Amino acid sequence: MLFHPAVLSLYLFSILISLMVLYAAFYGVQILMRWNLQSGSELQLSLEKKTYLISTLLTYLFSFQLISLFSFTHTVEHLHPLFVGAMCAAGTLYVNAYGYPALLLKLFNFLLAGLWLILNYTDNRGYDYPLIKKKYLLLLLLAPFLWIETILQMSFFLDLKPDVITSCCGTLFSTDPSSVASEIASLPSLPMKWIFYLVLFSTVGLGLFFYRREKGGYLFAVMSGLSLLVSMASLISFISLYFYELPTHHCPFCLLKKEYGYAGYPLYIALLGGAITGMGVGVLMPFRKIVSLKEILPSIQKRAALISAILYLIFLIVATYPVLFSTFRLEGY
Amino acid sequence: MNMIQLLNIRKVFNMGRPNEFTAIHGVSLSIHPHQVTALKGPSGSGKTTLLSILGCMARPTSGRIMLFDREITSLPERFLTEIRRKTFGFVFQQFHLIKGITVLENVMLPAYPGGEGYGALRKRAMEILDLLSLSKKASSRVEWLSGGEAQRTAIARALINRPSVMIADEPTGHLDSRLSQEFMQIMGRLKQDRKTILIASHDPIVHESETVDRVIEMRDGRII
Amino acid sequence: MWIEKQGNIIDFTLSSLLRRKRKNLALISVYMLVIFFFASVMFFTHAIKKEASIILKEAPEMVVQKMAGGRHELIPLGYIEQIKEIRGAHSVKGRLWGYYYDPVAGANFTLMVPGEGEVEQGGIAVGKGVSRVRFLDEEDEMEFMASDGEVFGLKVKQIFSPESELVSSDLILISEEDFRKLFGMVKGVATDIVLSVRNPKELSTIALKIAERLPDTRIILREEMLRTYEMVFNWRGGMMLVVLSGTLLAFIIFSWDRASGLSAEERREIGILKAIGWETSDVILMKFWEGTVISVSSFFVGVFLAYLHVFFLSSPLFEPALKGWAILYPKFKLIPFIDFYQIATLFFFTVVPYTGATIIPSWRAATIDPDSVMRT
Repeated sequence: MLFHPAVLSLYLFSILISLMVLYAAFYGVQILMRWNLQSGSELQLSLEKKTYLISTLLTYLFSFQLISLFSFTHTVEHLHPLFVGAMCAAGTLYVNAYGYPALLLKLFNFLLAGLWLILNYTDNRGYDYPLIKKKYLLLLLLAPFLWIETILQMSFFLDLKPDVITSCCGTLFSTDPSSVASEIASLPSLPMKWIFYLVLFSTVGLGLFFYRREKGGYLFAVMSGLSLLVSMASLISFISLYFYELPTHHCPFCLLKKEYGYAGYPLYIALLGGAITGMGVGVLMPFRKIVSLKEILPSIQKRAALISAILYLIFLIVATYPVLFSTFRLEGY
Repeated sequence: MNMIQLLNIRKVFNMGRPNEFTAIHGVSLSIHPHQVTALKGPSGSGKTTLLSILGCMARPTSGRIMLFDREITSLPERFLTEIRRKTFGFVFQQFHLIKGITVLENVMLPAYPGGEGYGALRKRAMEILDLLSLSKKASSRVEWLSGGEAQRTAIARALINRPSVMIADEPTGHLDSRLSQEFMQIMGRLKQDRKTILIASHDPIVHESETVDRVIEMRDGRII
Repeated sequence: MWIEKQGNIIDFTLSSLLRRKRKNLALISVYMLVIFFFASVMFFTHAIKKEASIILKEAPEMVVQKMAGGRHELIPLGYIEQIKEIRGAHSVKGRLWGYYYDPVAGANFTLMVPGEGEVEQGGIAVGKGVSRVRFLDEEDEMEFMASDGEVFGLKVKQIFSPESELVSSDLILISEEDFRKLFGMVKGVATDIVLSVRNPKELSTIALKIAERLPDTRIILREEMLRTYEMVFNWRGGMMLVVLSGTLLAFIIFSWDRASGLSAEERREIGILKAIGWETSDVILMKFWEGTVISVSSFFVGVFLAYLHVFFLSSPLFEPALKGWAILYPKFKLIPFIDFYQIATLFFFTVVPYTGATIIPSWRAATIDPDSVMRT
């Protein structure tokens, strides 16, 4: 059992988030079952008021989730001296089987909450609550995931045994392929670079194309999702190496450290923001024919596509900067 | 063209509970533009409820509302509020000014959510205050105003978003005869500016005023 | 557009807060107090942890102790030669140190023999804490009772006040001769042996070799000590926070109650705002800014006061609870040390629960019906 203040604050966060989503889901169910826009009954009026509460709760939840995501990695990083063999967050997460699933689920939930907010934003701009049912179905999907995350995170911290000898980024992301992580790390860097730049540039291009012509929304959304995955893999495979200027250090967490100028924060925020807005365009695609959204949806989608393209571009610039300007040369290793 | 049209409006409070009561029983009504319409009736006759439905403040339990021939009955609150903000100006029975802040701030308050720049907004508020000869009082707190000044501040606040319809609920309820006359005079001026005006009142000064074009009488939630 | 709207609403929020000065000041003071407590605990534990790590940085990489019957015993100096034979081990030295109970002060002092020639026979150098409790100035004499009952005096040559008071406060530096005389320790033994290692990667190999050659010894690595310290301090700080969480809970309930118990005046005002064209989300926005202003101001004042409390006033409020050496450290001063991470954690502990507790009450307030002003 760890009594570290930051760990306690993470418990607090996840409990708060879980309660918030539970509360929101409870009224979500009511809305799904009893919603009747044609009626002016008091029940309907009170349900409409509840939509404000749920929007507010989810907006807070989204920002709490972002804070908790970074706070989690930072805390895990902070705890590494407690574990023999752990040199950074990667090692601490590896102490037991809950670490990585908890982190990945946190990421997934953040993306899902972001998409929910995009749906909500759009729904609020239609004069007849066009997406109300879809929105609350998604909420009902999000709730259990957030609960699982809370449980995983708690199991992770409760199960942290300081005497466990763990392996760290050195071995975890080593090029000797024995796990998924090391398989990514051992991806040959040159082809990986090609794939990375190809995917990212086409995503940015498609985003701008959609912004201009409103065409290819689905393709753009799929590419933004793909960009997220490819970028993650590339961060491990070669981008991080340029930041660390070490040919064997494949860690995606150390980027968040002061030693590397906190480069990880702009990188990850741009990446996640780009993915959410980009995928959001695709999520909204099927609703373009709804009467009450016909006029406003294109402008919302265009704006989302533009934001996504800009964020991916920022990500590209920050990620490419050391590739171009550091004296370190990867090829040949 | 009708300004506002109500079709078979019903408003029920506490539905399904023992204290259920129906405030409006199937009222249909058209409000004509650029006229002064007075709703007359004893307290509890449903005037105020009808006025709040006409002013998009409350939604009816059933029935339909058309504003400029557009159906607005079941619009979500955020749309309805925007329409209300742009179309209606309200004057309440006790004026309902916010204490502790200045006359100017009170007048500007309805425009805050519109996201207008502070400078432009302030300028417009000062113009309206000037029109109602209140510019000297702009920076005094509302607690220190006389009855007449408070009444004119309330009117100024109702005018800030350039509404086409003015709605007043028992505006003369707390005023003496002289101030009541003055109020009706101001309404007359607004009518000349082609505003549509709706007043709920049981005050004879209002109904008998020559400014009023039409008197609608209500009793027990019905128009008679 | 958007920014002007925020500006206008913030404007009104601030003026509303000022209008209800008394109510809001009460809330802010309670809020501030909670933050003050949390921040004090955090600053204190972090600063102590930091001090400990400063000390440990200078600590030897490896300490070898002789064990007898499961207890620490004096180690023969002959072991030094045996350790020196191991490749990679260097600057192997014996250390002499111990605790001396001083009946006058009623406290334990740490006695230590520094490197050769630093303290001459008959003289001592003492830490600030020692000089304070024994009212010692330089050139004063301090009396010691040796293990055979003989009382003898040593002259204070120096009072030192280095960077960190945590270790040096109770420290007395003494010459080897006087040390052996005081504790009746024969020549040829030391308290323990310290050494450093050229290549840190070989640390465990060398430790293993020593253990093989000298099976009656125990080897302590600096890394292990660091870990233990980390655990102990985290645990202590965490426990304090758990204790304080009662306060936090009380505060959350208090703020929930505050936020939901709107006065008739406030209800009327929100009703007016709704009636004259504010929308539910505008009022929620106003409440958000209200919470932000209250949180931010309480947070900064609370953190500032905690900083003063811990680093300038030496945490008079809970020193006994956290430290445990009440007699010797009356004027213990910590090196100011705070980092962003601490502030962030603090923020999560206080502002986030407050925000969470006020979401639902704010929403309730914001959904007052606009026609409520007409019905009253």
